[in-house]
Amino acid sequence: MVEFNLPANSVVKEGKSFSAPADAKNVRSFKIYRYDPDSGDNPRTDTYDIDLDKCGPMVLDALIKIKNEIDATLTFRRSCREGICGSCAMNIDGRNTLACLKPIEDIKGEVKIYPLPHMPVVKDLVPDLSQPYAQLASIEPWLKADSPTPPDGERLQSREERAKLDGLWECILCFSCSTACPSYWWNSDRYLGPAVLLQAYRWLADSRDEYTGERLDALEDPFRLYRCHTIMNCTNTCPKGLNPALAITEIKKMIAERRA
Amino acid sequence: MTESYKIIDHNYDVVVMGAGGAGLRATLGTVEAGLKTACITKVFPTRSHTVAAQGGIGASLGNMSEDHWQWHMYDTVKGSDWLGDQDAIEYMCRNAVPAVHELEHYGMPFSRTEDGKIYQRPFGGHTRDHGKAPVERACAAADRTGHAMLHTLYQQCLKHKAEFFVEYIALDLIMDDDGSCKGLVAWDLDTGELHRFNAKMVILASGGYGRAFFSCTSAHTCTGDGHGMVARAGLGLQDMEFVQFHPTGIYGSGCLITEGARGEGGYLTNSEGERFMERYAPTVKDLASRDVVSRGMAQEIRDGRGVGEHGEYIHLHLEHLGSEVLWERLPGITETAKIFAGVDATKEPIPVLPTVHYNMGGIPTNYKGEVLRPTADDPNAIVPGLMAAGEAACVSVHGANRLGTNSLLDLVVFGRACGLHAAEVVDSKASFKELKTNDGDEAIARFDRLRWAKGSRPTADIRLEMQRVMQGNCGVFRTSEILKEGVGKLAETAKTLPDVGVSDRSLIWNSDLVETLELENLMTCAAATMNSAEARHESRGAHAHEDYPKRDDEVWMKHTIAKVDTEKGYGVDLTYRPVNTFTLTDEVSYIEPKERVY
Repeated sequence: MVEFNLPANSVVKEGKSFSAPADAKNVRSFKIYRYDPDSGDNPRTDTYDIDLDKCGPMVLDALIKIKNEIDATLTFRRSCREGICGSCAMNIDGRNTLACLKPIEDIKGEVKIYPLPHMPVVKDLVPDLSQPYAQLASIEPWLKADSPTPPDGERLQSREERAKLDGLWECILCFSCSTACPSYWWNSDRYLGPAVLLQAYRWLADSRDEYTGERLDALEDPFRLYRCHTIMNCTNTCPKGLNPALAITEIKKMIAERRA
Repeated sequence: MTESYKIIDHNYDVVVMGAGGAGLRATLGTVEAGLKTACITKVFPTRSHTVAAQGGIGASLGNMSEDHWQWHMYDTVKGSDWLGDQDAIEYMCRNAVPAVHELEHYGMPFSRTEDGKIYQRPFGGHTRDHGKAPVERACAAADRTGHAMLHTLYQQCLKHKAEFFVEYIALDLIMDDDGSCKGLVAWDLDTGELHRFNAKMVILASGGYGRAFFSCTSAHTCTGDGHGMVARAGLGLQDMEFVQFHPTGIYGSGCLITEGARGEGGYLTNSEGERFMERYAPTVKDLASRDVVSRGMAQEIRDGRGVGEHGEYIHLHLEHLGSEVLWERLPGITETAKIFAGVDATKEPIPVLPTVHYNMGGIPTNYKGEVLRPTADDPNAIVPGLMAAGEAACVSVHGANRLGTNSLLDLVVFGRACGLHAAEVVDSKASFKELKTNDGDEAIARFDRLRWAKGSRPTADIRLEMQRVMQGNCGVFRTSEILKEGVGKLAETAKTLPDVGVSDRSLIWNSDLVETLELENLMTCAAATMNSAEARHESRGAHAHEDYPKRDDEVWMKHTIAKVDTEKGYGVDLTYRPVNTFTLTDEVSYIEPKERVY
């Protein structure tokens, strides 16, 4: 019989536990993925019991409380703490989201926190995002136009034209969507993934951009675009309420209409 | 304990530290000019704090009603309470219109008017014809203007194939014996390696230091890193006592609610339901300058007219604007209010409080972006090889109080100015000054010392103590007694820094060490701020001194220069340099100081 083995360090083991102070009344457990790149040891999950009466409302507040008061080695990205910078994207309670926008009280029982799925892990909750960043650059996400710009003024754009960008330009590049997509997990080397395709559509939808044809040419590929199988995890998980799946469908529609 | 570190050397014409609005605009400029540029940033560019700016970027486009850059200049000078340098203010305001057009040409998704032009909204302190009424000057992309701008600038940098060093922590400048700057040392979080960047020009665009305070709108990453590096290089920091409190931080979390909310017609009330700003600023009311509105709110709370169980906050009303206007023009803050205050802004008021938001002070520069090393003989002497822009810098265009929308403007105008000036003075064909083997040794020694620090006080402990002192003793209202006490308390806290303890010893993504390095930078800023404030015996802009309630132009119309001794207990040495009381051209004349009434 064939035996399959997982790579040696892919098995996540139970790690340490830290209990809450004895007088804590409103205790919640946070079970957090840890990976130490120096030791070479298998990843583990450490459990921290937190007194929620002495903690802010969001999951990020709990992570910061742990780092400040219990275990300064816990490593995660964070910056704006108000859902606009996209740093603290991680998998919380089985779902990719921003720790700063995720209320602890929305989660029942133990709070399980893992890095964004299926990305190489640098340390603890810090994934290596260089691949999606490079894919973003690959779609040439800047305005392309040959018509000269007005010398002393802005290009005009009607409110209706501008409204077509709503729901697209607000993306904060947290990559919660791409890393929630099974098709991206499988083919992240060749499939661009929902976050980058949303950006691609942001330029296709902009009335000021004059390179629609070239942009569609670059996307018309069995992998880059068409690995989207409308699984919809992207839209489901987006912490900003955007709809990458719709944007991808719009791109497919544009290509179909162009053929017709 | 010390070990030898692997050091990688680089040669670049220009090294930019920071990839927010100013850093990206500077990078774009130098790359376009053909200079080999490295942009070093501790977060991925689109995560820089510029992304959080909401309301707009100020420019007298006149798309909604008549406007002129001279009016913008007047408002900025008045907003600065005459501490701003008028040559720099002229430069900024006259370059505002082309700067905004340039951003639009880059593809920035501005909101639009009915006739397809850039949408503009009124903002605090911006007025028609020298204070007659509020004017629509804030060019907006809904209430996510900073996000739109930062992403646009990053896109342009990608277009021009700018070279980024992402998640690199800049440790210190490398200074030459002749006092010029010749590069910096940085630490790559991903690999743990140390890098020496040899550069003909270093541009610091490292942002503000809001995190020196307990409650601020600023991101966790706003830790005054450039300020710390400059102080450790023996240079001074300017006007650090001027810290802006934004009137509308959400009570509790401190998250920002844009002034654009009041620009669109929102207003503040006290516990009696009174629109109290009518008493403090009869002409423009809720759209007075931020220092004026913040003081009004703090005064209402002190007089027992705060809202809430303990009378500790103020109400911001937007519900009368209707959900359609809110969701179209202010969608971000409508969402933020829901998440962080649990309030449906379309139906009920938002609890708000003045919250630390912006540092007017910083690294002194002239309008070209060159960093100053003022001496008694020459208050405008420069540091060759070193420039600064954005919130890190003090040009000074904001003086004692910044107007809303002028920070995004400052970023692009002076980021661009840095690029232009670097292109002028840096010769890409000239050979590099060679780095000596011991260049950067001090930076690495500091790094190593903190990495192995075994003291009894965790970084977070010392930081919290510092933040509480700053919050309690350097707030909206200041007195000699409170400030004097603050100087003492802060010195006590700074004294414990050598006893800091770090638990993570790794070189890879050691965020415990990052926060400790940042803490030293924050402490430098805090010391400069508290001591500069204690010394300034007048009230001007954001510095409201109750023992000296009047502005004193005779004695105090001058910039503070604070030198912090980071080696010895963070003692501060204060000197002063004159305000530039002249304009850049003859097209506009110097605006004489007068009483500041809104």
